[in-house]
Amino acid sequence: MILNEQTVKAIRADIPKYPQRRSCILPALTHAYRQVGHLNEVVYREIADVLDLDTIQIAEAASFYTMFPKQPVGKYFIQVCHNLSCSLLGAESLVEYLLRKLDVKKGAITPDGLFTVVTVECLGSCTTAPMMQINDLFYENLTREKVDAIIDELRKKG
Amino acid sequence: MELRVLFKYIDNPDQHKIATYISTGGYKAWEKVLRELKPADVIDIVKRSGLRGRGGAGFPAGVKWSFVPKDSPKPKYLVCNGDESEPGTCKDRVLLERDPHRVVEGMAIAAFAIGAHNAYIYIRGEFAYPAAQMRKAVQEAYDKDFLGKNLFGAGYDLEMAVHTGGGAYICGEETALLESLEGKRGLSRIRPPFPAVEGLYASPTVVNNVETLANVPGIITNGPEWYAKMGTEKSTGTRIFCLSGHVKRPGNYELELGTPLSYLINDLGGGVLGDKKIKAIIPGGSSTPVLTPDKLDVHLDFESVAQAGSMLGSGGVVVMHEDTCMVWAARKLAHFYMHESCGKCTPCRMGTQWMFQILDRIESGKGCENDIELLLDVCDKIEGHTICPLGDAAAMPVRAFTKTFRDEFEYHIKHKKCMTINRMPSFT
Ligand SMILES: Cc1cc2nc3c(=O)[nH]c(=O)nc-3n(C[C@H](O)[C@H](O)[C@H](O)COP(=O)(O)O)c2cc1C
Ligand code: FES
Repeated sequence: MILNEQTVKAIRADIPKYPQRRSCILPALTHAYRQVGHLNEVVYREIADVLDLDTIQIAEAASFYTMFPKQPVGKYFIQVCHNLSCSLLGAESLVEYLLRKLDVKKGAITPDGLFTVVTVECLGSCTTAPMMQINDLFYENLTREKVDAIIDELRKKG
Repeated sequence: MELRVLFKYIDNPDQHKIATYISTGGYKAWEKVLRELKPADVIDIVKRSGLRGRGGAGFPAGVKWSFVPKDSPKPKYLVCNGDESEPGTCKDRVLLERDPHRVVEGMAIAAFAIGAHNAYIYIRGEFAYPAAQMRKAVQEAYDKDFLGKNLFGAGYDLEMAVHTGGGAYICGEETALLESLEGKRGLSRIRPPFPAVEGLYASPTVVNNVETLANVPGIITNGPEWYAKMGTEKSTGTRIFCLSGHVKRPGNYELELGTPLSYLINDLGGGVLGDKKIKAIIPGGSSTPVLTPDKLDVHLDFESVAQAGSMLGSGGVVVMHEDTCMVWAARKLAHFYMHESCGKCTPCRMGTQWMFQILDRIESGKGCENDIELLLDVCDKIEGHTICPLGDAAAMPVRAFTKTFRDEFEYHIKHKKCMTINRMPSFT
């Protein structure tokens, strides 16, 4: 089993909230993503078992939702918004800066396994642009100094 | 004028706690509704307040509620739309994070008005923190018996749950949202049937935006006349505007509807970065047609902005100064819509790809002579030909940018570079 006991429990806890089992799929994918960091066929099968649904139903839904990476990513998954409001305040240059600082290509994992940088569409944080999301947290009003401090701290944490 | 109704307590760091919310009159409206009012009374009050949807289309909330068939044997559902993905828009997030009980109470009252015993709020997946705040609020409301069974001893039951999405703009469109809530891919549905008749689980459903519902407790407590007195005759109340882009003080500002755009940008926003000239303003989220600075005096209400040639949309105001290349900006938005088209219908799936490809080649200096006509032709073929309004939402801004700033597009094609320097703040 990839999914641990806590994740399975969280998936089960959602069942009574909906009249139809299928509604639990997206919440289940979210619980699984939080634990594993990405989704794959094995995860779909395990979710299907817990929810007593067909694996194809899980896979079909999962393939639509871009928030869940389908391949492993770094421990810190950095999603930089490159939509208009953020770009007006330098998001393109922020992406370049991050990639150069971490010496990594967009979407790849740094050799230490810590970081992956991707660009995403508007994250609903336009008035505090430019911004990025690292795992579940938003980092807003970014400046070069702030980015340096954030990356340094995450590196130290390992 | 800045007028804080929804944002009255937004700066109080404890506002998200139920005790604080109650101490400022919270859940009194819910109690009043259950003890004193009938569903038809609530609908009537909200109709008289003039409250219109804040999700984009501005449909009168009370009228929408009255479409739910009263004689249907099926269960009814109230769904709050917290998908907030329209580029330039970031107001619902603030309400969910800092005043979640207002949203819970608004949802509860709306549910009662349509006879629903189940309410869901669909929050975009990236909003982990706002969703956590909402979950806490819902739990607190259960603990205080504001949710659950036989509420206030009035015999009404209401269950509420928080649902999170998976990163898809289309799931803000109400029928795609319902598909997603059912655990499927977020593909929009053909209407009719409308959600009020056949929505979630093929049952009567009302979908309302977070900000729309957050207005409801205040309307019940203070009365419809109080609400209708704010704003203009047809656009009552206040609205949260999200001011972003090239301004000195970006932020979410709650204004009385009908306030001039220039007041938002210059007085509240502090004017343009570097004291440069404004070139373009998107008034209501990325889908709404771009305006030029001669429209700076337009009043921010549904009618005036429509008259100026755009839409009030979602309240996302994006300001671009003179150093911004309009081809670059249009390409960014086209990329977004291409990425977010659900792919169900061909004009949207293919059209958004065509628009991006054409804009991409113009921007990179590979544009052909008739590309502008081709682009406008693609817009024609998308608009009005798609299952849901995402197609229109994609074509409208591209058409507006191309027509309004045609000279920049022509320059780009001819000289293979920007007419403006397109210099944005740098990190390197
Ligand atoms: C492509 C698309 C995206 C949308 N995204 C949102 C959204 O993020 N939030 C929202 O409240 N409404 C959104 N809407 C509007 C909804 O379909 C629906 O009209 C709205 O939630 C109704 O609520 P209201 O009447 O309170 O405005 C979107 C519509 C379209 C066509
Ligand atoms: S444009 Fe970046 S968060 Fe909205």
